[in-house]
Amino acid sequence: MAKDSRVRFMMGNEACAEGALAAGCRFFAGYPITPSTEIAEILAKRLPRVGGKFVQMEDEIGSMAAIIGASIGGLKSMTATSGPGFSLMQENIGFAAMAEIPCVVVNVQRTGPSTGLPTRPSQGDVMQARWGTHGDHPIIALAPSNVRECLELTVRAFNLSERYRTPVILLMDADVGHLREKIELPAPGACEVVERLSPGIPPEWYAAYGEFEGPVPPLAPFGTGYRYHITGLFHDERGFPTSRLDEVNPAIERMFAKIDHHLPQILHWEAFALEDAEVIVIAYGSVARSALRAVKEARHKGIKAGLIKMLTLWPPPPESYMAPLFERCRLIVVPELNLGQYVREVELAVCGRAKVRPINRADGGIITPDQILAAMREE
Amino acid sequence: MERKVVSDVERRYLRITKKFPSVWCAGCGLGIVMGGIIRAVDSLHLELDEVALISGIGCTGRMPVYLDFNTLHTTHGRALAFATGLKIARPDLHVITVMGDGDSLAIGGNHFIHACRRNINITAIIVNNSIYGMTGGQYSPTTPQWDLATTAPYGNIEQPFNVADLATSAGASFVARTAAYHTNELPKLLAKGISKVGFSVIEVISHCHTNYGKLNRRGGAVEMLRWQRDHVIPQARYQKLSAEERAGKIPRGVLFEKEAPEYVTEYLKIVERAMAEAQEEAVR
Repeated sequence: MAKDSRVRFMMGNEACAEGALAAGCRFFAGYPITPSTEIAEILAKRLPRVGGKFVQMEDEIGSMAAIIGASIGGLKSMTATSGPGFSLMQENIGFAAMAEIPCVVVNVQRTGPSTGLPTRPSQGDVMQARWGTHGDHPIIALAPSNVRECLELTVRAFNLSERYRTPVILLMDADVGHLREKIELPAPGACEVVERLSPGIPPEWYAAYGEFEGPVPPLAPFGTGYRYHITGLFHDERGFPTSRLDEVNPAIERMFAKIDHHLPQILHWEAFALEDAEVIVIAYGSVARSALRAVKEARHKGIKAGLIKMLTLWPPPPESYMAPLFERCRLIVVPELNLGQYVREVELAVCGRAKVRPINRADGGIITPDQILAAMREE
Repeated sequence: MERKVVSDVERRYLRITKKFPSVWCAGCGLGIVMGGIIRAVDSLHLELDEVALISGIGCTGRMPVYLDFNTLHTTHGRALAFATGLKIARPDLHVITVMGDGDSLAIGGNHFIHACRRNINITAIIVNNSIYGMTGGQYSPTTPQWDLATTAPYGNIEQPFNVADLATSAGASFVARTAAYHTNELPKLLAKGISKVGFSVIEVISHCHTNYGKLNRRGGAVEMLRWQRDHVIPQARYQKLSAEERAGKIPRGVLFEKEAPEYVTEYLKIVERAMAEAQEEAVR
């Protein structure tokens, strides 16, 4: 191997930490929890080497609060956890959504509920990622299925978070987080990295929560001359609390418009052998690996099978985006390591055009290619 | 001579054209505490831009909105955790948190003791009125035993925290106490706390005549302020009292101070060392 080779053999959690560093993450707060702990361990070592900061907080509630605080100070911030910690973070994830503070929350999912099976994979937090915090709010969640994607989607999570001023959730799972694969690290500066816009206007004109050439206003870090108020209460354009209906409604609309107006930039999936597919598997995370194998085997056996690997889970693609993919399709198989969470979104997008068949497992075991293949053949 | 309700000093720091009148009851001690913060910051000649004021939820949580600093109104109990992130990210800012007794010591108790333990350079002001005011008078971690609250209709059987003792044993490097009545002492203690490099806790004994006072027949704001005058006494005088005489009295002033390594200072040394190591490896 050449001395300057960027080829490595590493696990998903390591790649996630590499992605965070490449994206410009300079603050991490976390609390130890299996199977995500390696991310904290690596960043505890690596962040100070690039002038960044790491703190181990007293719990996940504090970790989430600390990354929001650091982001308000101007640093790209991240935390990493698993199911129980993710539950504790929910209130402050809502704060980040409401106050529009960019941050990245990694959830390396393990089998739940409660302490569950700490070392076993799961996709049981898909709905928690969407609706875990109270109240209506927009959210973005991404799901990598291999080590390379752990790096790439972490970078993407930071970019989306900064661009749309929103918390972004990276939904990994124990199998992807602890999986070791070959990966070629990007050369320094090779990743597209989105930097936070500075307001670039006099403070008296600055409205931290107003329209600004679109629904996403720039976020001025504290201590840069733009003194304003940040609150979890509904607020007016300057951030001051309000309960006036004519101010609350536009605030909600703008909050959702940030995501809804940018679906082409946010939606993300990979298609495999869809051209003539009659049977399509829709999968994400570690399960997409079994799904790819099943589709390849199905093709050998003469079944016209294809795969859609979802990389952005939330927001889900609306029907209009998916309809062209389902033209020839009669059956859609949705394998998930839960008792049927994302399949409901698939049903909404499919809208009765094809039969939707879920494959579910929530006991900590994996869904095998054979299981998926069997579901494809069953009529 | 015309008497101004708001002095020129206060006017400079208040978002006076935007946010008043306040949400607080007439006679509340929170206005006095807010005035104390203004005078403390003014006496230290800090720029408005250099100060971040962070709160949690409750009556006290509403304070930052009135002040023209960098202001952050967080979730219930989490002001110190947000403040920790901000202070580590931005050591150049003077980070001050202002919290009520329920906010800082019940729901936020864990963050409080760990902020003390880290000895991070944040000033924590705890406005202690012994009750949950905003929700209408429930008992808090500082409600005295046998006092009444809407959730302790037969009397509170829980023993209260001694905020100063808790902060001291948890590792804070500056611990002080005063009362809303002692209006002149308050800004001096706050200024000392803000200047101290390390975690500072300033407890301000205040009154909630609307809830605590009414439930416990303590009279209105004036009577409760008089009680503070008579019962919250200087530490030096308190020390001279016998054990029996101390009953019902609360010492005020600087109660504890020590020199100890401060979290952010220590962490920045680690950053410097790690960056040097990284650079060395890159050269090699």
